[in-house]
This record gives sequence, C-alpha cells and structure tokens, in this order.
Amino acid sequence: MAVLEAFRAETRAWLEANCPAEMRQPMRSEKDLCWGGRHFEFQSDAQKQWLDVMASRGWTVPDWPKDYGGGGLSPAEAKILKEEMAALGCRPPLTSFGISMLGPALLKYGNEDQKKRFLTEIARGEIRWCQGYSEPGAGSDLAGLQTKAEDKGDHYLVNGQKVWTSYADQADWIFCLVRTSSESKHGGISFLLFDMESPGVSTKPILLISGYSPFCETFFDDVEVPKDQLVGEVNKGWDVAKYLLGHEREMISGMGLGSGIGTGASGVVLGPVAKPDEPLLRAEIAAFDVDALAFAAMSERFIDQLKAGEAHPALPSMMKYAGTELNKRRNELIMAAGGSDALEWESERSKGGKSARDWLRSKGNSIEGGTSEVQLGIVAKHILRLPGA
Amino acid sequence: MILTEDQRLLQDTVRPFMADEGAIKTQLRHWRDKGCKDGFGHGLWKQFAELGLTGILIPEAQGGAGLGAVESGLVLEEIGRNLTPSPFLTTAVAAVRALEGSAQAERWFPGILAGETIAALAIDEGRHHDPAKVALEARRQGNGFVLNGAKQFVVQGGSADVVLVAARTAGSPGDTEGMTLFAVEKGASGLEVDNAALADSSKAARLSFENVALDADAVVGEVDGGWHPLSRALNAGRAGAASELVGVAAGASDMTFEYLKQRKQFGKLIGEFQALQHRAAHLYGEIEIARAAALKAAQLLDAGDAQAELFASVAKAKAGRVSALAVQEGVQMHGGIGMTDEHDIGLFMKREAVLSELFGSPRYHANRVAELSGY
Repeated sequence: MAVLEAFRAETRAWLEANCPAEMRQPMRSEKDLCWGGRHFEFQSDAQKQWLDVMASRGWTVPDWPKDYGGGGLSPAEAKILKEEMAALGCRPPLTSFGISMLGPALLKYGNEDQKKRFLTEIARGEIRWCQGYSEPGAGSDLAGLQTKAEDKGDHYLVNGQKVWTSYADQADWIFCLVRTSSESKHGGISFLLFDMESPGVSTKPILLISGYSPFCETFFDDVEVPKDQLVGEVNKGWDVAKYLLGHEREMISGMGLGSGIGTGASGVVLGPVAKPDEPLLRAEIAAFDVDALAFAAMSERFIDQLKAGEAHPALPSMMKYAGTELNKRRNELIMAAGGSDALEWESERSKGGKSARDWLRSKGNSIEGGTSEVQLGIVAKHILRLPGA
Repeated sequence: MILTEDQRLLQDTVRPFMADEGAIKTQLRHWRDKGCKDGFGHGLWKQFAELGLTGILIPEAQGGAGLGAVESGLVLEEIGRNLTPSPFLTTAVAAVRALEGSAQAERWFPGILAGETIAALAIDEGRHHDPAKVALEARRQGNGFVLNGAKQFVVQGGSADVVLVAARTAGSPGDTEGMTLFAVEKGASGLEVDNAALADSSKAARLSFENVALDADAVVGEVDGGWHPLSRALNAGRAGAASELVGVAAGASDMTFEYLKQRKQFGKLIGEFQALQHRAAHLYGEIEIARAAALKAAQLLDAGDAQAELFASVAKAKAGRVSALAVQEGVQMHGGIGMTDEHDIGLFMKREAVLSELFGSPRYHANRVAELSGY
C-alpha cells in the first residue's frame, strides 16, 4: 500500500507540473476532445503539448506494455492515475477508437510486428482509426456481412460497402470485417486493417436527425490490402470482432455516467434552472440520480472485475444496455428541465441547439454497437442460459 | 470493488450456513406456522453468535470481530436470499452502531455477543419514516427524564431486551438538534407494547410511553446530541437493509430464472419466449447494479467518507426499487402457482415490502438524494 501511495504522490506532482492549466478546464463540448491523426487540427498549443507529454510517458494508454508505447502500469496504478487526473480536472489527452477498441484486440490477437507498429502509432495519437463493421444488410445481424476480400496471392482485393462508420471521413486507417469465405456465416469472416487513402476507398457522411454527421457510408472498389495486414487467422475474424465489440460496449456504457456538467448529483443538467421548478420534474430527476449514481458504482465495480479477470464475458452487454438507456433518460430530462428553451435549434443562446441535438443524437446510443434488444438477448443466452436464446 | 480474500472466506462460510440453517422451510415457515411471538428462532440467533456474527461490528477490544459494513452486508445478502428471520439487522448492525463508544455499550454488548440480547430501535412516529420529525417528549425530572409519546414500526420491539428510543429533549419536530437517544429496558413502568405481526410474518411493535421514568445513565451519547448515534445507526441500517434487499432480489430472481427453464406451455419452455427473456435479462442487470450500489455504500461507510450518507440513500432507494421489480416479475412469471401460499415466491414479495419501508422507502431516499445534491 505504501508503494501505491508513493506512486499517487509522484503522479499528482507530475500532473501538476505537466498538465497545462488550459487542459484542466472542463471541456465545453465534444469539440474539445483530442482525436489525433494525420490531419487533426489542434485547438491550441496546450492541447498538443498535453498530448505530447502524456504520450512520451506512455500515459495515453497507461496499462499497455511499454514496448508498444504504453505506460506499463499495473491495474492499481492505472486506477490511481485516473483518480488523480479526475481530482485535478485533467482532460483526457487523447480519445480514439484505436485506444478503446482496436488496441485491446491487437494486444490479444495481433502478431508482434502488428503490435509494434500499430499500437505505438495509436499511443502517440499519430493514426486515427475507424471501424468497418455494419453494412446496409448487416446491422443487428452483423455476421451477415457481405463485403468481400478475395485472396489474390500477395494481397486481398476488397469490394463492398460499410455503413455507420464513425468519423470515416476523418480517419486515417480502418479496421474492417470482410468475408473471405461464403461456406460458413461466422466462420467466413476475416479482420483486416488498411489505409483509408488506399485507391478505391471513398466515404459519404450521413446526416442524422440531430443535424450532425458523425457517421459515414464507406465504399470499397477494388481496394488492394497487403496480406500482412490481416489480424489473427483467415476466416477466424469473428473471434476478434466479438472481442473488440466487448470493448466497444464498455466504452459506450460509460456514456451513462454523464459528462460532468450540470448540478445534479449524477450530472443531470438543470440548465439555467438551478432547482427544478416543477415537483414532478424534481421527482423524476431524483429517481434518475438514484439510478445514475448506482450505475456509477456498478461501472467502478465492472472495471475492477475486468481487471481482476472476474467479469463474465457477456457483462459488457449488460453495461452497454444499462448505460445507454440511462443516457437517453438523462437527455429526456435535460429537455424536460429546459422546457421551450431547450427546443431552440440554431440560436447562440442555445449554443446552436445543443440540448435538442444531443437529445436526438442520444437515441442512437441504444442502436449503435448492438441494439438494446441484441444486448438483452446476449445476457439471456450467455449469463442466464435461458433455453433457445 | 473486488472482495478481499477474508471477505470471500466469510461469504463462503455464511452462504451455506444460511442456506442450510436459515432456510425458508426450517425458519420462516416453521416459526410462522407455529404462530411464534417473536417471528424468529432464538436457537438460530445463538448459532449466529457461535459463528461470531452477532458481534461482527463490535470492536475487537470489546470481544467482537471488529469488521465493517461490507462484511455485515455480505451476511445480510445471504439473510435476504433465504428470507431468514433474525434480529441481525436491528441488533447486530443498527443497534450496535448506535451504542458504540457509549457507556451503554458495556451494558449491552456482552449479551449481544452471546446471542442472548435483542436490541431494537424506536424511531418512526408516523406511517412514514422521517427521523428528524421525532416528537416523543423526554422531560427532565430530578436526575433523570420522563418520556411521553408513541412509536411505531419498532422491528422486534416486542422481543427486545432493550429499545433505543429517539426522543426530543429540546427544539421542535424537524430539528436534528435537540434529540436524545435513550436505552429503555424491557418492562419499564409506563411502557406499553403492542406487538403486531406484519405481512411477512415478522413482528414490529407499537410502543406507547406514559410517564416512563429513566435515570440519566439511560442516555446513549450526549443529551440533545442524539442525532449522532442515531445517524450512525440509520446509515448502517440503510446500507444493511439495501444488502438484504439485494439478497431478496437475488433469491426471488434465481427462483424465477430456474422456473423459466422448467415450466412448459404451448409445447415450449416458457424461457424460450423472448418477451420473458428480455425482462429476465433486464432484471439481472438491475440486480447487479443494486449490488454494486450497496457495496459502494458499505465501503464508503467503512472508510468514513463524506459521501457515505448520500450513497446509503442511493443504495436503499435502488435496492428497494430493484427488489420490488424482482418480486413482481417473480410472481408474474410464476403465474398461478406464484399466487399460492404453498410456493415460496410470494414470501419474497412480502419481505420486500417490509424491508423497503424500513429505515425509509425508496421515495424517501430519492428525496434525500435530491436534498443532499442541493435541489
């Protein structure tokens, strides 16, 4: 314990010395996130400096091995770092699908060359990744995907279409599920990595009900992919895909924890109204806060269970379901608390309709990454072992 | 939030003990069908003592195990799972926390350790829990006090050797200041006990105090400072009741999930129907969340953290809601057999109702979460 307390003191001192003051201000919006990548435009020098100092210490990915650009911290040390960053209000230095999704899958399934190359790039924020999973005909039934990768000797030739590819228009590389065999549904899928600047790749943003375009359609027309960019074995990509989905669900479940803005215990934004002026609204917010704080405890327990290897493999599905349903409820309450103020769509007063747009965007949370219904089905089958599930 | 080796060992001891010795058939149904005046068996309470459970929170220096809310919570989850009737929550958890550090502790801890003493808490005066509203009057007289007023929902008050009574020595109902906690012994002159059986066949007394005269040394803690020991008892009681409610939810849902795998209708196991699968999966997740909330509250209490009071309310509210969902889904998914006295699932529904109300309902605690959060 004494060793850990020393680590805590050192960490706090280092963060105080190295985290620029501007990076300790609460984030104003998602635009303050640092995604990294070839074309990323830093919001400020402080943002770049914060990424650089954290990356050079391996603390963008504190619990990854040092050999791959990580910090080599134990689970207990990584938790302390997270707590100390929260205590000082440090912003995350880097947010990326490379960290939250691809990295864990590469650590488990990648070969040594792939780990050295790709994990190090992710840790430094050099390459921004997107996820090529869903297709027009393969949503909840993901394994029904049809994008084809033909073996051409020294490379794969990829043809097909993906949809709901998050930030594909801003990403440098894609991790992509492709069909390498039509003989078996789950056993004919492979996991490929390739550059979005490869000839034959094109993207088209999708306009959502929120007015935002965080997703794209992505098209592949005779894209050549070198064979050493296959992760794991050919036709065994579904294992990698499922493992990665577990990490995606963990990430999405965190949205139920709120963004730390607002006045309620769990971060329900009461907007300009410091106290809810309607008794029934107050009661709904209070009931929500109970659920949200209980879920925060569950999230902490879940992370500890994962690190101790005690989490059921299907537990991320439960967390994803609960977290996203909670986030939808939070946004419903924000709209209720805001009344007619919250309905404005473009005014400066409403920060360009932030409440309404976030509320509409949140409806996708229980669809993306596997719908709530898919998650409940997974829990029924793998945890409760109900018949025929 | 992973259990330590020692906590696991405790769980491994208590789980089979409660499943065997504290089972529904041999305890709850047995004493209910006998019309037992206490609603629990003193023999089992003795066994609790032999295992060191009655003194789980009593400091080692006073002969106890000196453990905390996490450990007593593990015991309570097993009690809830088996609907085991016992004075554990009131005596070994809430009353011990109220008494700790006071002169009265010396008087009562040995009997609690031995499994011979039952201690109850008299707080509520109306049908809803609201401890700051205590009005029962304690007037100074000579070197002591005279109590006048009434209490209700005094769990095991009819069996108790000592009742810890929250009374008002100053201020007015609604003030947390000016309250004093008294230890009133069984058979005190002027104390009338109406021992009522509740829906779950546990017993809770209505007490009326008519000029009950007490010596000054009956005071637990400080005169006018009763809110402190009372808060300790309430926080421990709330977190503990939350753990017991998680156990009730787990017991009811395990029984229900098992039934879904056995009962056939329309030529299928009913667990094959997606309408039930999704409800079962939702319930499973809610119970996990409630368990985490109860554990968090217990850990914060043990750490003396400033957030402990907030989380005790979160845990009590969440566990109450989730347990209610578990027993309602339980009876519904069992269908007709769930409505019979012969089947155990209905017993979970009755226990949930009593535990949810004890130390404040989910509504009371949601309101507290709002107040503690400043809205």
